[in-house]
This record gives sequence, C-alpha cells and structure tokens, in this order.
Amino acid sequence: MRSAMAGDNAAYHRLLKAVTPVLRAASRRGLTRAGQSPDQAEDIVQDILLAVHLKRHTWDVNAPFAPWLFAIARNKLIDALRRRGKRVFVNIDDFAETLPEQPKAETASAAEVTAQLNTLPQRQREVLQSIAVESASIKDTAKKFAMSEGAVRVALHRALASLTAKLREQ
Amino acid sequence: MDTDQLIRTLAADNAYRPRPVGFVLALMLLAAAPVSLLLFFSMLGVRPDVMSAMHNPLFDLKFAVTLALASAGIAASLHLSRPEVSLAGYGWLFAIPAGLLAAGIAGEAMMPQRLPMMTRLVGSNSRICMTAIPLMSLPLLGAAILGLRHGAPTHPVLAGAVAGAMSAGLAATLYASHCTDDSPLFVMTWYTIAAALVTAIGALAGSRFLRF
Repeated sequence: MRSAMAGDNAAYHRLLKAVTPVLRAASRRGLTRAGQSPDQAEDIVQDILLAVHLKRHTWDVNAPFAPWLFAIARNKLIDALRRRGKRVFVNIDDFAETLPEQPKAETASAAEVTAQLNTLPQRQREVLQSIAVESASIKDTAKKFAMSEGAVRVALHRALASLTAKLREQ
Repeated sequence: MDTDQLIRTLAADNAYRPRPVGFVLALMLLAAAPVSLLLFFSMLGVRPDVMSAMHNPLFDLKFAVTLALASAGIAASLHLSRPEVSLAGYGWLFAIPAGLLAAGIAGEAMMPQRLPMMTRLVGSNSRICMTAIPLMSLPLLGAAILGLRHGAPTHPVLAGAVAGAMSAGLAATLYASHCTDDSPLFVMTWYTIAAALVTAIGALAGSRFLRF
C-alpha cells in the first residue's frame, strides 16, 4: 500500500488483488452468520474495494495496514447486512407462502455495481466501461473518445465516486 | 462488472490523490468562519470595556475554557475521521476544559465576592448566551461535517458529536468576548447547556451525514 500511495499503479493492483480473497471470505462468513445466502458476497466485496479506494487517504502510512483495511471492511459489511436484513424481513413477512416458488437470487457476481452502472451519465459510463470491461488504458480511452487524458481521469474518478454514492443510497 | 475488472479500474484511478482530511477540514472551517464572525459582529460585538476586562483573570479564563474545548474537538474529530480508531486516548482531552472550569470555580469561591452565588450563576445574559452560541456554531458545524465526510469515520454519531463540541467551543470563544458575565459559575451553567445542545445536533447530523 505504501508504494501504491506513492503512485505505483502496479503495486496498487497487486495489493487489491491480494486482499480480495480475504475480503470475500469475510463477506461470505458475515452473510452466512446473518442467515443469508453467501451468493451476494461479491457485491459486498466490490463495495469494500470502492471504499478502500476512495478513502485510502485516511490510512496513515506509518500505521499498520491490516487494522485500517478491516475497519473499512467491517463497516461496509455491517452496512450491507443491515440493508439486506431489512429486505429479507419484508420478503419473509409478505411472501412467506410463495417464497419457495421465487426464482433463486441473482448469482452473477456484482449485480449491484452493474445495475448502478446504467444510471451513470453517459460519458462517465463509457469511460468506465472502456477501462473496466474492455481493459483499455487511460491513453487509449482518451483517443477513442477524443478526450484529453486528464478529462478521462476526471470522468473515471467521478464515475467511481458516484457509483459508491449510489450504492450507499440504494 | 466482475471484481477483477473493478480492481483494474481502481488501479487505473490511482493517479487521483485525495487531499488529507485535515486539509479539507481546515479549508471548510476557514470558509465558514466569516459567516460566524458576521453573525457575531452584526448581532453582538465585543463588549465595550474589553480592555479593562482583560485584566480580570476570570474573563481570560473563559477563553482558556472555550479554546481548550475547541482544540480538543479539532484533535478528536481528526482522529475519529480514521476508520480503525476509537475515542480511547482522546476522550481525556475533553477533561481539560472541564478541569480549567472547575479550577476557576474553586478560585472564585476563595475570593471575596460582592454578589451572592446564585446571582453570579444566573447572570444577566443567559438567554442571549444560549441563543448566540448555537446560532454562531451552526455554520462551523456544517463546515466540519462537510470536511469530515471526506474522512472515513466508523463511529459517525460520535464523530458528529465531537464536531458539535468543537464548533460550540469556537462559537463560545466569540461569545465570551461579548458577554459581561465572567463568573465561572455562569460559564459552567449556560455555556455548557449551549455546548451540549450543539453537541447533540452534531451527533444527529453525524448519524445522518457521516456514514460512508
């Protein structure tokens, strides 16, 4: 994380990849313990990763990284369980009889982020999709949309920030 | 979007460097300070005998108490903007203004008094005190909440309350230069009620706006 904060994008990528399995296991455990399907763990993992990214300046580079990471993860997990808890209660009260007939919950990873993606302004969505789905670089994306690299960076960051805000409000 | 794609995207956004929370908080407070100052000078203003009052240790004590509260609030809210912390180790900071006030009350009790205790406690400005401090602290509280939103407080209610105490301390510092009631008994009663009110508003605002 230290080299990531110093601007090493590859180190940052490695770090996020390395912590993801830990976050996934913790999210599955949390969901299971709350009596819910661990299928939705990926939504929580992505929620945590976004928060880690947008709040990484609150990590003190001289402090150990793990307590900071787990504090963020815990906060997001509790938040997610609270939101899901409400939904589940509504479902059970209202549809107790028909519950077994309901189709199984969406298992595609990251249903929530994908759904919110479509509510972003067009330019932000295009930039985000170019970089995320087509794995284009900032440079190529800039060329494709005839934007400056700085404008692509701004659009990308705004897209991530508003994605996070929308996830929180849902 | 699958998680690998998200991670790649976040890494691509690594060039974006968020400012430290302290910087943003300071900026917000500096932007809100003129509003509070305007409220103060348009409604109240400094008391006319301020030059002679400065030789009264009880007048000076008011500033020590309110500034100690404000400093404790700033330090604690910056601390609470980090996700992995609790108030432990910072809570005692709030004992400093309380201790100063207690020392002031003890000091005043040992001095010969012209006025009975209750008269000093009730004072003559209690209603203005309880209106002006919350009113002048609201712009600062709003600014502090905005600044702290930039952080990652995992105890949003506590962080909001601390921000409330901090803005009450700053507003009370302004008010203290207007108020002619210098008795620590007056400060203990009315300033505390006003600060508690702002702290409660801060806690409420924190629970609403400081979750991330």
